[in-house]
Amino acid sequence: MTEPLVCVRDLRIGATTDSGRKVEIIKGVSFDIAPGEIVALIGESGSGKTTIALSLMGHARPGCAIHGGTIRLGRHDVTGMTERQRAALRGTEVSYIPQSAAAAFNPSKRIMDQVVEITSIHNLMPRAKAEAKARELFRALALPDPDTIGSRYPHQVSGGQLQRLSAAMALIGDPQLVIFDEPTTALDVTTQIEVLRAFRSVMGQGNMAGVYVSHDLAVVAQIADRIIVLRGGVVQEEGTTEQILTAPAHAYTRQLLDAFEPVPHVAAPKTGAQARPILQVDNLCAGYGAIRNGEPAAKILQNVSFRLERGRNLGVIGESGSGKSTLARAIAGILPAYRGNIQLDGAELKPDLAQRSKDQLRRAQIVFQLADTALNPAQSIETILGRPLTFYHGMKGAKRAARVAQLLDMVHLPNALRHRLPSELSGGQKQRVNLARALAADPELILCDEITSALDTVVAAAILDLLKELQRELNLSYMFISHDLSTVEAICDDVLVMLKGRVVEALPAARMSAEAVHPYSRLLISSIPKLDTGWLKGLEQDPELIALFARR
Amino acid sequence: MSMSLRLPTPARLGYSFNWVGRIGLAVILFWAVIAIIGPWITPYPTGEMVDFDYFGPVSQKFWMGTDYLGRDILSRVIMGARYTVGIALAAVTLACAGGVLLGMIAGVMGGWFDTLLSRLLDAFNGIPSLLFGLVVVAAVGSSIPVLILTLAAIYLPGAYRFARALAVNVNTMDFVTVARARGEGFAHLILREIFPNILGPVLADLGLRFVFIVLVLSGLSFLGLGVQPPNADWGALVRENIEGLSLGAPAVVFPSIAIASLTISVNMFIDNLPTRIRDRSA
Repeated sequence: MTEPLVCVRDLRIGATTDSGRKVEIIKGVSFDIAPGEIVALIGESGSGKTTIALSLMGHARPGCAIHGGTIRLGRHDVTGMTERQRAALRGTEVSYIPQSAAAAFNPSKRIMDQVVEITSIHNLMPRAKAEAKARELFRALALPDPDTIGSRYPHQVSGGQLQRLSAAMALIGDPQLVIFDEPTTALDVTTQIEVLRAFRSVMGQGNMAGVYVSHDLAVVAQIADRIIVLRGGVVQEEGTTEQILTAPAHAYTRQLLDAFEPVPHVAAPKTGAQARPILQVDNLCAGYGAIRNGEPAAKILQNVSFRLERGRNLGVIGESGSGKSTLARAIAGILPAYRGNIQLDGAELKPDLAQRSKDQLRRAQIVFQLADTALNPAQSIETILGRPLTFYHGMKGAKRAARVAQLLDMVHLPNALRHRLPSELSGGQKQRVNLARALAADPELILCDEITSALDTVVAAAILDLLKELQRELNLSYMFISHDLSTVEAICDDVLVMLKGRVVEALPAARMSAEAVHPYSRLLISSIPKLDTGWLKGLEQDPELIALFARR
Repeated sequence: MSMSLRLPTPARLGYSFNWVGRIGLAVILFWAVIAIIGPWITPYPTGEMVDFDYFGPVSQKFWMGTDYLGRDILSRVIMGARYTVGIALAAVTLACAGGVLLGMIAGVMGGWFDTLLSRLLDAFNGIPSLLFGLVVVAAVGSSIPVLILTLAAIYLPGAYRFARALAVNVNTMDFVTVARARGEGFAHLILREIFPNILGPVLADLGLRFVFIVLVLSGLSFLGLGVQPPNADWGALVRENIEGLSLGAPAVVFPSIAIASLTISVNMFIDNLPTRIRDRSA
């Protein structure tokens, strides 16, 4: 066997919390990376996957420090180096592709200046040569207009293009090791494919080794040779991609794989056609900006109509910018619709929430995607859950405290949590509190805006189970917004596919993957990564469709 | 079960100070107590000449020496605390309370109200503070309520701008949207959802403004427009004894130390507020 490129032995990384408590984040991790090999680090948030990846550059995030173990990269001992030596290493031996390319680019400098910056910092080559090399990389990464794209500013290219440009930035110094830190997590599925393809081809040509950090097994299956499964700073399982996907040895790996294939939703029996739908929307139009002649400057929703029967669930899927969140906001009255009609249980809802009655507001609750920002950081969980109880039901004192305990129990959280602040909870716990607050109103309809998107697969699957359980007990109806078709299939009876503010297709969820006819729905369905190492290679998509609908 | 027995005491919720903050708080409390009990502990009446010499040294009889008229400095510093601490505290409270309230209202309401109020206060901010103080005091005469209101008016626009900028940021957060979608009224949005989340920076701003007000008050007194004789605030004590500096008299040193100790300790206290409050900015 050849000498490994990277050799990590008994790596220990610790941190000091705000309260001065010392915690160990990485607890003795060891692994090797061969030259030209791509190794994936898989795990949920907090498993230490990004911390390990950053430590390969000799970098620890503020508050963290490498406490023990050795990291060898080529012939350099990263752990024994001074900060200045490490800085010389970065960009030439090892480079980094961040999760958010939009945040990694300086918005006020041209792209080319930023891509070739590494060559000038390390005095690698003259500027003209560096630019020629950058254009070559742009070509290899399948970027449009490779000769002129460098003179644009970061806001003038799409998200997927920017992510590929950040790869060009990382590759210009010919590093031996490239660290990918969840580079496609923030992208739409149709865009993700193109970025993954570009990464694959560049990595294949350059014979570079890579570390791919991700929580998405299906994405990793397309690009990695080997997978390391992490949890709580400890390696759970290590093996080739094939072996991990087909014959996982560790229980946690199996759990990850199971979460990937959620239990299909058993559709609720259709009630009679005469029954009033819980929500009916007709020709809804909404938008942002200054209103002129009764129409806003930027029109987002255009003539959206649908019916949601009581006790059933409606899924809304679409990519970013398709108007799905705007739809939820218009129904909740946060963004008043300028035209169209919303009926809740047969009664008309006014567009502006200020004109709706308290009871109407109570019956339809909205739950947001990011529990971090949806919970007031200054209030305890008890106060957060107690407010809607006082507001809608006039509960006080012991009665309210009892109901808070009941609500926490409904979302499977211990009652002891009620004195905590949101910052003291994990992401999944926060999302449960977020849900419990909506339940506190005793709603009939819950608008769920991407509520599982920011969560790890295992945690998200648990939230979906909880939603189903609550539905059985409380006779709720959900409108479930997501960009992820498999999530929608797991919980919804009917699905709306949205594109540019219009509903392009409406189908029962069970028949979605088989019977969707609109080309955009087909493109969306075919773009969802499968747990199969050959999926990306074998994927054939109609280039005309892509040109038409995907904003790469 | 041990978890459920955990009581939410301040320390456990994270509302504990480090020792620097505690020292700051102790000094502030010390001056506050002095200001309250001042009349009972002064060894001599403030306005009375008790020494035959002027600019007397530190002695058994006069712990901080005597001033240019032979008055006891210790008594004057103790009584000066009433004016300096009292006026500055009242003015800063008024300025910050008014500014923060208006700032939050403007930040949440937006629209023409925000624009009108902001431009109005911007214009007001353009008037130099000492000049404004001079004009007001010259027009209506110097009295303690006038001083307090003048100082509060000078520092209100700054507090308003600061609070408005913070409130606008918090106002776009999802939890405020949730509260609005719940149908909450304007007062709830401002006081419960937004105010606790801007409290940390607002308190830091309050500390800074307090120090500025002490300095401007000293400046006004220096010009003879502050507290009127025979009473004097600390700034006035420094001014009237400034000639003593060349004679090596302690009369000018102790009031200066008093000003420094108060302003520095206020900053020590604010900078070391419990992290729970301090880090609550949006």
